[in-house]
Amino acid sequence: MLDQFTLIYRYDGSFDGLLCCVFESYDKKEIPTEIILPDISQTLLFAAKEIRTDVQKANRVLASIPEKMGFDALNFIQRAFLTCAPKKELYILLFLRLGYRHGRSVMDMLADDAVHTLFKAVKHLDNESHLLKGFVRFSIFSNVLVAEIEPKNCVLPLMTQHFCERYPEERFLIYDKTHGMALVYHPYQSAIIPIDDLELPEPDEQEQSYRALWQLFYDTIEIQGRHNPKCRMGHMPKRYWKYTTEFGSSSKKSLLKLENTAKFLIP
Amino acid sequence: MDVFDKLKILTDAAKYDVACTSSGVNKKAAAGGIGNAAASGICHSFSGDGRCISLLKVLMTNACAYDCKYCVNRKSNDTPRASFTPRELAELTINFYRRNYIEGLFLSSGVLKNPDYTTEQMIEALRILREEYRFFGYIHAKAIPGTDSGLIAQLGMLTDRMSVNIELPSQSSLQMLAPDKSKHSILAPMKYIQNRIQENSTDIIKYRHAPKFVPAGQSTQMIIGATPDTDFQILNLTEGLYKKYKLKRVFFSAYMPVAENDLLPTLDTTPPLWREHRLYQADWLLRFYGFTANELLDEHHQSFNPYLDPKCNWALHHMDFFPMNVNRASYTDLLRVPGIGVNSARRIVIARRTATLQFNDLKKLGVVLKRAQYFINCGGKVIGSLKISQDKVLRSLMSEKTLGMYHQSFPLQSQAEQLSLFEQPPMILSGFPQEDHQRCLTNSL
Ligand code: SF4
Repeated sequence: MLDQFTLIYRYDGSFDGLLCCVFESYDKKEIPTEIILPDISQTLLFAAKEIRTDVQKANRVLASIPEKMGFDALNFIQRAFLTCAPKKELYILLFLRLGYRHGRSVMDMLADDAVHTLFKAVKHLDNESHLLKGFVRFSIFSNVLVAEIEPKNCVLPLMTQHFCERYPEERFLIYDKTHGMALVYHPYQSAIIPIDDLELPEPDEQEQSYRALWQLFYDTIEIQGRHNPKCRMGHMPKRYWKYTTEFGSSSKKSLLKLENTAKFLIP
Repeated sequence: MDVFDKLKILTDAAKYDVACTSSGVNKKAAAGGIGNAAASGICHSFSGDGRCISLLKVLMTNACAYDCKYCVNRKSNDTPRASFTPRELAELTINFYRRNYIEGLFLSSGVLKNPDYTTEQMIEALRILREEYRFFGYIHAKAIPGTDSGLIAQLGMLTDRMSVNIELPSQSSLQMLAPDKSKHSILAPMKYIQNRIQENSTDIIKYRHAPKFVPAGQSTQMIIGATPDTDFQILNLTEGLYKKYKLKRVFFSAYMPVAENDLLPTLDTTPPLWREHRLYQADWLLRFYGFTANELLDEHHQSFNPYLDPKCNWALHHMDFFPMNVNRASYTDLLRVPGIGVNSARRIVIARRTATLQFNDLKKLGVVLKRAQYFINCGGKVIGSLKISQDKVLRSLMSEKTLGMYHQSFPLQSQAEQLSLFEQPPMILSGFPQEDHQRCLTNSL
């Protein structure tokens, strides 16, 4: 009985690893109460069950998802995996179990707890990646566009297509500080690579003057008689201000070593 | 004059234009080009007044030969003048665009010399952007009333969206305040653009690569509160514009007093932001909720209720329509419930395929129960058979403060009188609830 309440899976943090948790859950006819990452220290009262990532098992689960519940569901849980929702792994597992039982209609079960939680999380992810498509600010250093973001969700995969289609002839880099990774692009290839740190050079004169022009535009476009900071905050929460030029923040230097990625950017 | 000074003057002169959306078209850069567009539009920032900044919104020039009384750029106003050269403007746009400051350009202009000359300048700037920089991002251009249709056609081939401003909601207001413009000079280019869009769409069916004319459609805007035109007139005009001219959007801008003139509200008038807000809500109801202008206002009720949004106001007048069973009601009927928006209605229709919905499910689907609860049930037994007083509904729809003000304006009150209160809102709006000024336009009501 006790086991029923305390079954904890520990996986390696990869999507394949999570699929193996699903495999295990079916194989052993058990439902974990928690699925945790390797770096969660062992302060738990109960030992966690290590789930080894086995690509073959993962692939079997992966192939079964569109078959049983459609491609929408697969796409959905892939995005759910990118979210910052607490316990997303467990909810994905519960979602899939529901999907194996009910088929495609799992996507309609919006009032179910797991489905609802994941829909909310994915909506948050979609919102954040949409907002950031606008809020990303590039600085240009020797003709390479460099930007920094600090998103809550892992948004880079959802921004790739947009920025590749926007700047097909440019070389650019978007550094996600939260997750320690970067989207890098040069014509006509993109990749998401792990990066620890990045050091930006001083902006040159041209870069500085465009920043100043943008700030000037930003300050001038406001209709003073309609000043409404609450409304602005609602649309553009303060946590996004840090990296936006108009709030005078891009002079702040972050440690960003451009040479590390130069190999990729300058082929 | 350097480009900083020009940018300052020409932004300042353009800021009263409302539209800044980059929506309505999906595209990506061709090889060798730069720029894409997303149909949903992308906001790049929000200014201190809470408005979305999507496009570099500037005038080509603020030197104007016309003398529209409500406009800061009018000939008779003593203000510094500047003009961009087409190349300056193109360069500024592309450099902002590369840094992801903007989604594109919104180009308008004062009338420099004459409408044709002005439009030629605009065309040249856009030509540089499109041809030399191979810019595929979003461009919205204003058609200047009185421009030759051949030039409008050229401009339209370079832009994603065009707009002709209605400016004022009636011919008489126009005559009074914009002596150089007429209903005809505004509606003629609007009609022309609409026809070209239509022709073009058949061309595109015939020849897949036919160049696109104004693919994101046209919009317009009008000033609210500079003239005595009523909400009812404005909303009817708006509906007409959507139907007759197939406009994508109609924008409203609360009049900001910029000039001392006997014909205009005095300089210390506060802009009627609440009216603007109500108009946007009503506009939303026309476009997405299946309402008609006549359902929201009519000859006898020409102004919006300042205390209730138009949808709630409608619902309270149509209590016989409710309560509605959310497990059976059609999508279009669901849209009529206060507290249910386009998204939650859609989710209800999906979710009820697999389950019979209960009140706590509705919350998860995004329904604002605080508002909706009086207008819906979940089938089966209705919780209690409590007769709901209008006051109770009102209480749920308004904050304490607003309710207090509402009661102040309408001292109580027999049941019959209470009902009539909804019919004609008071015109005195000085002490108008602050939160309505503060609130931004929400996407669903
Ligand atoms: S035409 Fe009228 S509204 Fe337009 S800029 Fe000139 S004065 Fe202003």
